[in-house]
Amino acid sequence: MTVSYYPGCTLKTKAKNLDLYARKCAEALGIALEEIPEWQCCGGCYPVAKDEIATKLSSVRALAAAKEKGQTLVTVCSACHNVIKRVNHDMQTDEEIRDKVNRYRAPDEPYEGETNVLHYIEMLRDLVGFDKIKEKVVNPLAGKKIAAYYGCLLLRPGKVMAFDNPENPSILEDFIRALGAEPVLYPARNECCGGYLTLEDPEIPKKRSETVLQSAQNHGAEVVTTACPLCLYNLQKNGGSEIPVVYITELLAEALGLK
Amino acid sequence: MEQNNFKETVLRISGVNPKKCMRCGKCSGACPNYDEMEFHPHQFVSMVENGEIEKLMTSPSVYKCLTCFACVERCPRQVEPAKLIEAVRLCVIRQAGQNHLKPDQIPEMLDEDLPQQAIVSAFRKFTK
Repeated sequence: MTVSYYPGCTLKTKAKNLDLYARKCAEALGIALEEIPEWQCCGGCYPVAKDEIATKLSSVRALAAAKEKGQTLVTVCSACHNVIKRVNHDMQTDEEIRDKVNRYRAPDEPYEGETNVLHYIEMLRDLVGFDKIKEKVVNPLAGKKIAAYYGCLLLRPGKVMAFDNPENPSILEDFIRALGAEPVLYPARNECCGGYLTLEDPEIPKKRSETVLQSAQNHGAEVVTTACPLCLYNLQKNGGSEIPVVYITELLAEALGLK
Repeated sequence: MEQNNFKETVLRISGVNPKKCMRCGKCSGACPNYDEMEFHPHQFVSMVENGEIEKLMTSPSVYKCLTCFACVERCPRQVEPAKLIEAVRLCVIRQAGQNHLKPDQIPEMLDEDLPQQAIVSAFRKFTK
């Protein structure tokens, strides 16, 4: 199966391992990731105000490109996923935004939110199947206690992201189990790392990220995993702990014997 | 711009109706950055309702919201405080010369591991 792939800016630079192993593993699992030609940066944060139109265009261009090919759009970075999924929801449900965007773009066929947007982990669950992944594991991560860090972007707002139960998610724990490891449940797994405030006031992400890592370690975690480059940065740089923080695709590649 | 116009703008671009709030305070209870804020999420809701927008606009609190949407998710009345905070911040930064972050500040903030995502996100939040 071939899907449209939106890597995003950070996967081309500071988060190359997130991208590299996403591609390698997808190939091994029978999914071709076809990178959208000339994709543009999503902007990192969803433009929340109802009158923001220009800031939504890069997402719509990616969504429309996938629609033209009749493909599902797959993202890996949690931030890109949050932005693109929410813009798609606007195009489905907000008549004013849809009308203005389509007038601006003036395409032959208006875009009305038809593209199915999946995060890489949803792709693994829904298009490959965690059972099939389990069968393909050659290097089970047996005995490893891994804490999934969801953060905010994959889960909220719950009704729009429709990713999992926003207060008690389980998809990443199911993924960790499929790789042969033991998932660690801890209370701070869906709390914020402090995000982009690290630029002007690192003290804030420090407090937030320390809370997350301490919570994970208090519950026995040996490794923390995330899909978000900024979460990974904050946990590593501002988390005040030496516990390894790795991308979900790195864990998958290790289990599949591709790393 | 008069105070009433700011209130009208905030209500229009946020799409929020602060009158739905029943003052339970769960938004501020859920806020991970509560301690860093002069005005807390529940105060944004009541102060917008009362038209005290300029007081909010001059507070550093508008730059402390992480937009993590915990307050939106956990509000039992779907008031969505984060959208109000965003709208108040936009009332500030959409004015001429009011960008909160300037490109020439960036080099001194960089370290070799900082992901691009942090920079584009901060620019989207803090500048127009």
